[in-house]
Amino acid sequence: MSKILLFSEFLLSLEPIIVLHISMDVSAKTAISKLAESLHKQTNFTKKECEHLLHMYRELAGADDVKLDRSKFKDILHCSFGMTDAMMIDHVFRAFDTDFDSSISQEEWLKGMSTFLRGTLDEKTQFAFRAYDLNSNGMISREEIFQLLKATLIKQPVEEDPDEGVRDLVEIVFKKFDTQKKGVIDYAQFKAMVAEEPLLLQALGPCLPDEKSADAFLCTFEELHLPTTISYIKTGSQR
Amino acid sequence: MGLTLTKAADWLDNSKLDFSPSNQIILTDILKAVDGYSKNNPIGGKMKFSEPLVWDSTLKFEDFKKTERFPETESENTLQLDELLTVTKQESEVAHVECHSFDMLQLVLDACRSKKTAEVRACLEGNSDPVSKILGNRYACNTEDDVEFYKQAEEDLQGEDITYEEFETKKVVLKMAMEFHNLDVRMLRSVQGLMSKDSRLSPRLVEAEFDCLKELSGSEDEQPLRDIEPVPCYVHVFSNGYRAPNFRQLQGDIAYFLVYLKDTDVICVTAGTKGWFVNKGYSKDTNDVDFERRSDLYGSLFALLRERSRHFRERTSRKSGDGETAADEAADGAEKPDQEGDADQQAAREEAEERKKDPTLRWVSLGTSEQQSQERRSARQPQSAAAAAQQSDESDSESGTDEEEDAVERRHESNADLPSEYWQIGKFVRYLKGGNQTSTIISLCALRDFQLNTEVCQLAIRDVGGLEVLLNLLETEENRCKIGSLKILKEISQNPQIRRAIADLGGLQTLVNILKEPSKDLKCLAAETIANVAKFRRARRIVRQHGGIRKLVSLLDCPALNGPTSPEIERDIEVARCGALALWSLSNSTKNKRAMKRAGVIPLLGKLLKSRHEDMLIPVVGTLQECASEPDYRVAIRTEGMVEDLVKNLKSDNAELQMHCASTIFKCAEEEETRDLVRSYDGLEPMCSMSSKNIRKFQELNVIEKLVRLLSDQPEEVLVNVVGALGEMAAEKENRHAIRKAGGIGPLVQLLTGTNQALLVNTTRAVGRCAQEKENMAIIDRMDGVRLLWSLLKNPNPEVQASAAYAICPCIDNVNDAGEMVRSYVGGLELIVHLLRSDNIKVLAAICAAVASIAKDEENLAVLTDHGVIPLLAGLTRTQDEELKRHLSEAIACCCAWGNNRIVFGKEGAVAPLVSYLRVKDPKVHRSTARALHELSRHPDNCITMHECGVVRHLLGLVGSDDEALQLAASGCIANIRRLAMANEKSRQSSKARGGGNGGANGKAVAAK
Repeated sequence: MSKILLFSEFLLSLEPIIVLHISMDVSAKTAISKLAESLHKQTNFTKKECEHLLHMYRELAGADDVKLDRSKFKDILHCSFGMTDAMMIDHVFRAFDTDFDSSISQEEWLKGMSTFLRGTLDEKTQFAFRAYDLNSNGMISREEIFQLLKATLIKQPVEEDPDEGVRDLVEIVFKKFDTQKKGVIDYAQFKAMVAEEPLLLQALGPCLPDEKSADAFLCTFEELHLPTTISYIKTGSQR
Repeated sequence: MGLTLTKAADWLDNSKLDFSPSNQIILTDILKAVDGYSKNNPIGGKMKFSEPLVWDSTLKFEDFKKTERFPETESENTLQLDELLTVTKQESEVAHVECHSFDMLQLVLDACRSKKTAEVRACLEGNSDPVSKILGNRYACNTEDDVEFYKQAEEDLQGEDITYEEFETKKVVLKMAMEFHNLDVRMLRSVQGLMSKDSRLSPRLVEAEFDCLKELSGSEDEQPLRDIEPVPCYVHVFSNGYRAPNFRQLQGDIAYFLVYLKDTDVICVTAGTKGWFVNKGYSKDTNDVDFERRSDLYGSLFALLRERSRHFRERTSRKSGDGETAADEAADGAEKPDQEGDADQQAAREEAEERKKDPTLRWVSLGTSEQQSQERRSARQPQSAAAAAQQSDESDSESGTDEEEDAVERRHESNADLPSEYWQIGKFVRYLKGGNQTSTIISLCALRDFQLNTEVCQLAIRDVGGLEVLLNLLETEENRCKIGSLKILKEISQNPQIRRAIADLGGLQTLVNILKEPSKDLKCLAAETIANVAKFRRARRIVRQHGGIRKLVSLLDCPALNGPTSPEIERDIEVARCGALALWSLSNSTKNKRAMKRAGVIPLLGKLLKSRHEDMLIPVVGTLQECASEPDYRVAIRTEGMVEDLVKNLKSDNAELQMHCASTIFKCAEEEETRDLVRSYDGLEPMCSMSSKNIRKFQELNVIEKLVRLLSDQPEEVLVNVVGALGEMAAEKENRHAIRKAGGIGPLVQLLTGTNQALLVNTTRAVGRCAQEKENMAIIDRMDGVRLLWSLLKNPNPEVQASAAYAICPCIDNVNDAGEMVRSYVGGLELIVHLLRSDNIKVLAAICAAVASIAKDEENLAVLTDHGVIPLLAGLTRTQDEELKRHLSEAIACCCAWGNNRIVFGKEGAVAPLVSYLRVKDPKVHRSTARALHELSRHPDNCITMHECGVVRHLLGLVGSDDEALQLAASGCIANIRRLAMANEKSRQSSKARGGGNGGANGKAVAAK
């Protein structure tokens, strides 16, 4: 790990030179630095890491004052995090886009990435719930689950009703989460269940990057290496 | 191909290959591989064999001569080519070939044209293990494990300081070895089908046939034979299932039986791997068997007996209605259970067997009812599963006991009575198979909601093929799927049958690989699952062979153990705990213990032993307990300073932990120095006093007998410890009796004559404790032990003095006519009184205790008083030492009984300090002080002094005590004070003296008169 750290430091030290000479003027750079200064406290990143992410944002957006739109965001998810399911990418975009303006601002980018890469279980639970709540009404219904799960099983052509398996899965999930028999899954129920069994965090589809690609993405710029925050087993004090 | 040749090929007894179909398959396969090998691999073709292949060719010498490759030579009878191929002419034109490389082999084969197979056969018959000849002995690999092979390969390539050329040749050799290995596997597969039909005898088959015949034997005419039993000198069954002695096992013998036939007399038969035959018989005089063969070989004992005995033939063939011979059926019967045992998935094969079963059943039922035979059959099934497992373990000589070999196989016979869980679990397993990771996770979580600790669910998962899927998931890249799968495996692997199935499916290899993953969750779960699965020998071996031990040991390396915790540190601790759990299971076998030591487990265990968490300590100490059977570990446990921690944990509240610690210490106590350490850390007391269960355990282990045996003829350093241990154990009543029964008292008393100070201290303590039992005391008295103890009071060492004085107390208490005995020691009492002038607190306390005991005899008390004991005791009352306070007050209490001693105590000023003793915390001091005060309070002067010192308040507190003796003494004392007050009241009334005030003041007035 120390090698990677050294390497990333090396990259960071090169950063200003590259940026200055290639594409960015000084004022843009100070703007980024300012923004990073003000926002890094609200994220799980250091100031330098924030700066790097903001530079990356600018590169991706293509110019100053341009927000990241859906298609560009899709590219990142696809290339950097190996997410291929178009539907799920849409859901993730919605979870990033907290103000529903169909584009991702610098702030949304930083906060989203913070959860995405270094989020605690609570942050990730919130994020996943936003992604799964297709109509953003604060509740997940049976129909939404069906939408999310309908492509998860390989269709057996011989079966009479090809959706039977999916409906079965929906029922399983619903029974698991809807502990209070409300007919819908609200955030409280979702959170309680995930806290009990962290494996269920992404029960309705992969809305978070897997550990390997997240690590790979992080190690290009991270200043300090933090251990993964989600523990799938119960340790001493929890027992 | 070595394995195929040794195991699969059918060899005749003259080391010729049989003309069986399976052999034909093998030969063609080998030919295919060899023919054209040198063309495809020019380098390999040129490589010189480690040893030449030598055989008598099927070709005539002349045939070789005709091929034009050989250069001209002078010799008529020899053809030679590059020193790599030599053909010599032998009698009757037979050509003797000596071949050094594949190129040359090709040449020979080319010469054979259409008779190549025959030539290969001849070659193999001449060279039963061609691989070892070609590549060298180390590749004569008959192991069934690929791993062994790869390990060899790795070692070969890793050797340091080899030149480039060497490296290259090694690579060629390895490549070739690899090809042979693959060929082997291919051939084994192709002959597998045929093999299942007829195989060579194995101990399992032999025992099965023996059992079968044993059941059939009896004296009735119905029964085909009288009796069958193993030859008396070879009854014992070795761990590999053989009965034959080792040197005969090499010859292929499995067991020897005496068969008592009905019509002919006894015959002695040998079961060998090649078949059954009659040997030259068992001689009672020499108690040995003449192993030489005297008959033809038979595939089964049934066939042999049918040939030998008409009666047997008639009785056995009558029942078997169809065309199959009884012998064949018997062989079927013997084979059948095995196939049921291991071929869970191969339902088709099972079905085929099912059909065969019928005649067998009929056969077995002979002489008994059908019902019984069914029962027998079902009873035999688990046995055969055990035999199968054992057979596969043949090569492994591990000491571990296998608690699981007799796991009972219970299967549902029909689908009708399957519980509903089966269908549901089946459904989820289907979703596991046919879905992406999301549906997999959901299904895994749903499966976790079942009662996975019930056997129904565990077996349901196995029977619907869930184990395969779960193990498959472990090889994916998806961490979450792996975690979910492991969580289920961890639970269900508590079932012995599941463990076995996991091992059979190669799950352990996968689990070991997961230990390498960076994810700590995965490490934990995999280690825990291994801990569950590795409960039987084969599994433990697999884990070792796949390098699991090193990985597990490295899990123990936990940086922060007892510091401040964070979620991350807790996960590290959890990893270490799970690693320790797995090692605990694994440490059941000797080889694993050694492997663990090599992996450096000892310092890590030592570190973890300092942990505060019980669930960490139990597996760690459990592992140590297992490992302590090895001398290396015992030394390490001592030198790494683990004894201290073990002793510390003895005092834990957790019974399981205590038990493991005690057992570990017990095993380690074989080492001299360890015993010393245990004692110096005060480990003996908790061990002895722990619980009655432990005492029983000690008794079971005959610790006392062993210790007592050590009392004679040992160097003094050993004796010090032995006696020390006995002394500690003697704190328990049962142990005191045990010491006597073991004859330990006599040697102990004899040791009192020694001069070693440390030994004397321990001995006096041991004797003193033993003297608490009347029966023991009788022996001590007979040996004049008390006199010896008394003489030790003159010893210059104060520790010896104190210890001897303490030992004297129970002696006096328990001997008959103690007074007379004490008086008989000339100058003994004077000595005691003299010792009260000692400046050692311990000696003083001990002597006080002795005085208390002695003073119970009035005459002796008088003598003591004459020697001036009272002022001395009174002078001691100012002490601050609680131990002394206790014994001193006891002595004072006892001494009050004579003459005017009470008054003297009062005059000497002993009363006031005594009252102050009531302020200390120790209840034992309270008790003896209260007794002393009670005795003293019989004199009014003392009462007054006491009252002035404010004794009543203390005494009132003590009256409320739980201790009856204390209550009595305290209330008696108060009563005396009160009586004095009443008397005073009376006299006041009669003399009309000035009244008022309290009892104490009035008492004073009375005393003043």
